[in-house]
Amino acid sequence: MLPYLQEYYGNPSSMHTFGGQVSKAIRNARLQIATLIGAEETELIFTSCGTEGNNTAIRAAIAAQPNRKHIITTQVEHACVLNVCKQLEKQGYTVTYLSVDSQGQIDLLELEAALTGNTALVSTMYANNETGVILPVEKIGALAKAYDAIYHVDAVQAVGKLPLNLQSSQIDLLTLSGHKLHAPKGIGALYVRRGFCFRPFLLGGHQERGRRAGTENVAGIIGLGAAAELAQQHFGKITQQTQLRDRLEQGLLSTIPDCQVNGDRTKRLPNTTNIGFKYIEGEAILFSLNQYGICASSGSACTSGSLEPSHVLRAMGLPYTILHGSIRFSLSRYTTLREIDRVLELMPAIVERLRALSPFNTDQADWLQDREEAIIVGSK
Amino acid sequence: MWDYTDKVLDLFYNPKNQGTIVDTNEPGIAVVFGEVGSIACGDALRLHLKIDITSDKILDARFQTFGCTSAIASSSALTELIKDLTLDEALKITNQEIADYLGGLPEAKMHCSVMGQEALEAAIYNYRGIKVEQHEEDEGTLICTCFSVSENKIRRVAIENNLTTAEQVTSYVKAGGGCSACLAAIEDILTAVQQETTATSKRLATEIAMAQEKALDRDRTVKPLTTVQKITLIQRVLEEVRPLLLADGGDVELYDVDGNTVKVLLKGACGSCSSSTATLKSAIEARLQEQVLPTLVVEAVEAI
Repeated sequence: MLPYLQEYYGNPSSMHTFGGQVSKAIRNARLQIATLIGAEETELIFTSCGTEGNNTAIRAAIAAQPNRKHIITTQVEHACVLNVCKQLEKQGYTVTYLSVDSQGQIDLLELEAALTGNTALVSTMYANNETGVILPVEKIGALAKAYDAIYHVDAVQAVGKLPLNLQSSQIDLLTLSGHKLHAPKGIGALYVRRGFCFRPFLLGGHQERGRRAGTENVAGIIGLGAAAELAQQHFGKITQQTQLRDRLEQGLLSTIPDCQVNGDRTKRLPNTTNIGFKYIEGEAILFSLNQYGICASSGSACTSGSLEPSHVLRAMGLPYTILHGSIRFSLSRYTTLREIDRVLELMPAIVERLRALSPFNTDQADWLQDREEAIIVGSK
Repeated sequence: MWDYTDKVLDLFYNPKNQGTIVDTNEPGIAVVFGEVGSIACGDALRLHLKIDITSDKILDARFQTFGCTSAIASSSALTELIKDLTLDEALKITNQEIADYLGGLPEAKMHCSVMGQEALEAAIYNYRGIKVEQHEEDEGTLICTCFSVSENKIRRVAIENNLTTAEQVTSYVKAGGGCSACLAAIEDILTAVQQETTATSKRLATEIAMAQEKALDRDRTVKPLTTVQKITLIQRVLEEVRPLLLADGGDVELYDVDGNTVKVLLKGACGSCSSSTATLKSAIEARLQEQVLPTLVVEAVEAI
């Protein structure tokens, strides 16, 4: 990336040689990314992030089917999908939010029942960002196509971690984001199947063949291309990453009482585990880990800045005793055995300390159960 | 990542007064606890108090908190703030004082400090046998059903913390942080509070102005002092002050009265110390203004 910030800073849209060199580098990056996901180079549009990709895809899909006013998505999508759908509801669209079971998995029969001739778009994740649970995208795509609905996949979490071949898939639109595969932040891409009647979201100049106006983030694109190539090379080592994740997971479950893995443990990304620790709160765990330089994330309300805990874990029907204390550990290809063992060494004491501070504990399990049931009754 | 102060992090990593207080049935001692929050909301605090029944003082305070970094630190801060206070003194502790003790909290985390104040109230109400249902805050209309927050509570916290937006209310008491259906109602309450506050300020300003006008009228009706009366009164005040000065090796004597300027001679220790001269001047002047005439000014003069 560095040469494209220092020596080769020409604008790729310019006609001079200085810009032409940069244009060639972008073409190469496009090829690297297309190779990773089994697409053609011309099927890619560079975006600024996953949010822009998802916003663009949904709006392009409904513009391509103006006579259809129904959208299907799931309750566990990222906010950049859910909030667009909510806005479209206000504009007259009907949106079906598919539920998930306790494992975070959708029911294909529910999807089939929701599909009609009025369905313009089905939009689902490939893998969930909090639990790593993988949805059956090919089956979903086949059902969507049976009703001539457009199928968009938010694959931000999956690209680089799961092999993809979009040419032989039912997917019309697919979003990816750079920083999820070791590229820099602020760069993403949207796959648009050849022949799709695309309406651009950003209008202006002729960049991206008129599909996304705006001067290119050249260094970001070069970084994304390189990251895609490295991810391709790394697929052979995914098993090692899975083994480390499983070591972490099993180690935590065997040494810490009252905790559980959230989500389907088989149909899941190789690098993700989401674990709920009963009776304590997620942010307190994160700050305790942070003291030792260990970075994890949480779906707890206190971490997110909103006051609602993770909508994903709530959709899975998890009790409050677990979901407030749920932590997501994400491994990268650079995570080492030593790092995993360090987490395993520290976590039991962290959980024990926070449970000692908490008014809730195993002695009050019945009382907590009563509270949970009261909440469920109250919400009906 | 929240931008917590060092104090917040210190009390999170090294909390003070965590745990419970066991009631050992000691004569003259009461042990109670107050509880707020819930597992659904994601934070809860149980505050334990050990109270000396005769003096009404808090001998010990301990906490158990389910919550985030700032909830644990706020609980710890609360227990430090209330030890050795009487219950009435403790009831005056505000959530802002808890936040101040911590060197401040991110605004979105201010509800942690409110939770501390509420647990304290709950514990003291428990001790005094006041049922939670009788607490006037719970009698108001329920505004936020997600977090069970009443209109009275929103009003109280808005006034105490000078809140002006619905987002601030959410940060302080969580109301509106769930389905957000009540945000419009919260804004209505804030508008009403602001109108009432403005009306109250105007009324107070009017009352103060009227009182000042009355005082001026009264002053105008008082017959002005003659020069002899004025000097006699000044002499009387100086005589009252002298024993205090004499005790410290100093003294004061009236030199002259020129209009409203009272000229005095400072003697002994008072005459040689520049700081005591200033103090004495202001002390004598204040007494003269209070007891003789508000417009009097005192000057120290050198003996000829």
